Amino acid sequence: MEQLPKWADLVVVPLVGLILAFILSMLMVFATGHDPMEALKLMVSGALGSTYGWGYTLYYATNFIFTGLAVAVAFHASLFNIGGEGQAAIGGLGVALVCLFIPWPHWTIALLAATAAAGLFGALWALIPAYLQAKRGSHIVITTIMFNFIAASLLNYVLVNQLRPKGAMDPATAKFPEPSHLPSLGEILNSVGIPFAKGTPANVTLLVALAACVFVYFLIWRTRLGYQLRAFGKSQPAAVYAGINPVKITIITMMISGALAGLMAINNVMGEAERLILGSVEGAGFIGIAVALMGRSHPIGILFSALLFGALYQGGAELGLWTSIPRELVIVIQALVILFTGALDNMVRLMVAKVLIRPKRAEA
Amino acid sequence: MDYLTILQILDSALRLATPLLFACLAGLFSERAGIFDIGLEGKMLMAAFFSAATAYSTGSVWLGLLAGIAGSLVLSGIHGLASITFRGNQLISGVAINFLASGLTVLIGLSWFKLGGQTPALQGDARFQGLDLPFAEALSGVPVFGPLYSEVLSGHTILVYVALLCVPLTWYVLFRTRFGLRLRAVGENPAAVDTAGISVVGLRYAAVAICGVLCGLAGAYLATGLGASFVKEMTAGRGYIALAALIFAKWRPWYALYATFLFGLLEAISNRYPSLDLGFVTLPSQFMQALPYILTVVILAGFVGKATPPRAGGEPYVKER
Repeated sequence: MEQLPKWADLVVVPLVGLILAFILSMLMVFATGHDPMEALKLMVSGALGSTYGWGYTLYYATNFIFTGLAVAVAFHASLFNIGGEGQAAIGGLGVALVCLFIPWPHWTIALLAATAAAGLFGALWALIPAYLQAKRGSHIVITTIMFNFIAASLLNYVLVNQLRPKGAMDPATAKFPEPSHLPSLGEILNSVGIPFAKGTPANVTLLVALAACVFVYFLIWRTRLGYQLRAFGKSQPAAVYAGINPVKITIITMMISGALAGLMAINNVMGEAERLILGSVEGAGFIGIAVALMGRSHPIGILFSALLFGALYQGGAELGLWTSIPRELVIVIQALVILFTGALDNMVRLMVAKVLIRPKRAEA
Repeated sequence: MDYLTILQILDSALRLATPLLFACLAGLFSERAGIFDIGLEGKMLMAAFFSAATAYSTGSVWLGLLAGIAGSLVLSGIHGLASITFRGNQLISGVAINFLASGLTVLIGLSWFKLGGQTPALQGDARFQGLDLPFAEALSGVPVFGPLYSEVLSGHTILVYVALLCVPLTWYVLFRTRFGLRLRAVGENPAAVDTAGISVVGLRYAAVAICGVLCGLAGAYLATGLGASFVKEMTAGRGYIALAALIFAKWRPWYALYATFLFGLLEAISNRYPSLDLGFVTLPSQFMQALPYILTVVILAGFVGKATPPRAGGEPYVKER
């Protein structure tokens, strides 16, 4: 097979995969007796048609940037971290502990502390599967999935038996004290005179997510650790021959990945709910896989695909609200995106190559 | 704990182990041929939905079973296409299949039945009924063995016995037939098989198809034997647990039976005792629920000795590199 030009490989192939995924999903919408064009229009206007929609789209996108980066960092070392869901949930526990039990004078300091706690808790939750993979050779995909289930049980236990306020019925913590309230995007933009819908969950964490993108870029392509990590991902024997310690690299990579997934908690737990509830991650950990694949594991790609999935998520919620199309449609689209941009990547590439390379040969 | 309680737990362990056993054997065929399959979970879920939906609409559990197997086979086909024909990443393909199943079952379920993603409850011929083994009644009076026979072994649905029969069958096919030898060879050294003039692609597709049929049986049993309807996400990680059992069993059929029975037993115990009082400490219910998952991690951590996977597992075969 001939090489595709780099721009086609990075942009055209994922886009074609995305379009295929959309066509199939819309066929499914049609098959269940709805109008696909109507559904698409509702999704786009619901997600991007108003600052209210944008407030939600950006909120979801913030979650997906974190989980997407988490999956991407692991991908660079040829590790598949499906545990973002559990790592984000445990990160939420860290955020809750920091916000509930320490009286912070100002939200900026609270944000710093919560960021540290979320990252630390997420990293620790990834540490055990990483250690088991590196030292005992247990399959990281299965252990991280198991740790998602275990995280849910652990959180259930802690919420029901420890953190639930007296007399409350639902398994959730008390509301965090006022000083830890993060300013929402609406509050920030309104204060500088830009009109933006209030009461939407997008908040200052978006800036932390953008910073995380920059951090990951420098980590992967501009540091010694990043170089070792990529070398390890390309060829383990070669990396070991070059003196890279495989145990150390596996553990550090997974801890960074877990920390990034954990950071998601400052957005959904501290920024939005302002208390820790059960199941607060809502599948964002898994969407990170699709986001990373679609974004070709590059922070810029991840930024765009997180935005796309944010819009998809918000659009899907609008569909669920106004039509009888359930929001599970988003899971189907997500699955198809993973399929076409990940597993069937070679098929899409072949299709693109046929279109791009054949005509050239005809000219010559 | 008296004898009867133990028997009841064993009885429910056998029932709970059945879907795991089907799925584990499914994974065995696939992985022995060199195709990793994280998508067992999704195929079971798909089969569970289509078997329950078809059994409800036609009133026949057998048609339901066929529909379940068909649903699972479609996903197998996708997995084969991605990992054999287009040499994609088998893990990613499996993950995609799991999400596809989890989204599609709810999407279609809502549009067909409008019950929040469930199917209506199955009754009568739309479910597999328990079978009484011969002499179950007559032997129940015999001390010790009698109750064991009539309580634990007898009275299950036919799929439980099919699953148990699949164990020697799998052993025979894999280790005593030409097909089995070739299938194992293709998972160890596909180039050698290719050199012998046998189609690597054909063998791997055959293995993936067998895997699909077995996952179909597992899913159909979940919805029409163990349960009486399809419930959202009803597989609850069983596909992954089956994979762990497969590693525990070192990719061998008889060990697969023991490993899955162990997981079944664990689930039966945690169902029976929502919180377990061990005398010095009471294990909370959340811990009991997480027990199968924790055991999976412990087993994978290799506290059970070294397990060597098929050598060419997970790698797409490229002719003439």
